[in-house]
Amino acid sequence: MSEPTIILNPQAIQRALTRIAHEIAERNENSVDVVLIGIPEGGVPLAQQLSLLLRDIWNHPVPVGTLDVSMHRDDLDQRVAPTVHPTVVPFDVTGKTVVLVDDVLFSGRTTRAAMDALNDFGRPRQIQLAVLVDRGHRELPIKADFVGKNVPTARTQKVHVRLSVPGKEDEVVLEGK
Amino acid sequence: MTWDRKHLLDIESLRPEEIYTVLDTARAFKAVGKRAIKKVPALRGKTVVNLFVEPSTRTRISFELAEQRLSADIINFTAEASSLKKGETLKDTARNLEALNADFIVIRHSASGAAHFLSRVLNASVINAGDGAHEHPTQALLDTFTIRERKGRIEGLNVTILGDILYSRVARSNIWALTKLGAKVTLCGPATLVPRVFEQMGCRVTYNVDDAIREADIINLLRIQHERQRQTMFPSIGEYATLFGLTKARLARTKPDALIMHPGPINRGVEIDSEIADCDRSLVLEQVTNGLAVRMAVLFLVNGGKGPHEIAAV
Repeated sequence: MSEPTIILNPQAIQRALTRIAHEIAERNENSVDVVLIGIPEGGVPLAQQLSLLLRDIWNHPVPVGTLDVSMHRDDLDQRVAPTVHPTVVPFDVTGKTVVLVDDVLFSGRTTRAAMDALNDFGRPRQIQLAVLVDRGHRELPIKADFVGKNVPTARTQKVHVRLSVPGKEDEVVLEGK
Repeated sequence: MTWDRKHLLDIESLRPEEIYTVLDTARAFKAVGKRAIKKVPALRGKTVVNLFVEPSTRTRISFELAEQRLSADIINFTAEASSLKKGETLKDTARNLEALNADFIVIRHSASGAAHFLSRVLNASVINAGDGAHEHPTQALLDTFTIRERKGRIEGLNVTILGDILYSRVARSNIWALTKLGAKVTLCGPATLVPRVFEQMGCRVTYNVDDAIREADIINLLRIQHERQRQTMFPSIGEYATLFGLTKARLARTKPDALIMHPGPINRGVEIDSEIADCDRSLVLEQVTNGLAVRMAVLFLVNGGKGPHEIAAV
């Protein structure tokens, strides 16, 4: 096992999020229709940070929700049941532009599950996808609209995103070979 | 996350972390019940057989709705209208159901150990919905969930279980769950129905109802199970109500924040006064709502549990 490599340090994470926020603002002229939904666990703090950054750009609050996808996964009988996190969507998504936020985009299966789960809450006008790291190896025809950093990886490697852990610096690390 | 079991057969063999895993998972499923669309696809394509050899209404309905909300296909099987009446053994009945590719068997049976027996002869996941006077694990999990939701914790609470303990699977499962999670359990009822032997499970036993409920945070009332008693274990229903029934006067002598639970069906005027059964300290209907969430959580977790054997093979 090789030494873990730091892909993004705290400053780089902040720069990436600021850039993503500006790209979201540029893509969506009708800012009042934009809502952010984080996918647990990693996407939740990212969605909250993006909401604050967008509020400063647009000068109005941007609603944030949390969407647990574990009940919509396609591998439930092939693994130990995943931890179910709370879902909090305190607004109607119908007619909105929903930006799904996740930490790592890998196979695309989590994103598919998230789009399915979102269906139960209404019919968004558009769904966009923002991720901090795109590590490749897609198994579904899914692509991110906003990417913090593209990281070429081997399938066997692991990408760890550590955010908002008390007493620790935010960082993204690549492990294994 | 701590759950790798293929079956839910009892509380006795669960570790505290496993109980908490069910309770935490159930919290998320309770929220699903508040959505406009109350159904999730977690068990899509799976078949569940509800094998209720002993009559049950509320547990069966609760399981059935939980299964539907997880998108499973359901077969209901009751003793009255089945091959069991024609002399087929439980094992043969269950294996026939499994030959139809059932993935889960939810069993209610009057014989203690029926669920354990099925788990040994079947490949399907088995969930115990009550076996004789042995255990009723999902009832204990929903009771614990309800207590934790209202009191914020289980550890250190005084829980009094009042009524027919001897014949009660609800009592046994609750005693296991509560003592594992650090609650102090007091049992009370007629001496014939609350033998001292329960002290070996870590409970306090008393035959004085006022003494039993004075310091209680939770009072869990159990029904007198006439159907399970071979002879009359106490002189009369009227005497039971007088000596052990929860009356308004008795409730006034408890802690002001003590809450009342009852697994149902309630015999109004026997174990509880009708007016207190509906008061704001009664959690009876919350227990029903929470039962649905807990059963969804159990089905969801068991679906992912591969069992020790299969995990070792991976």
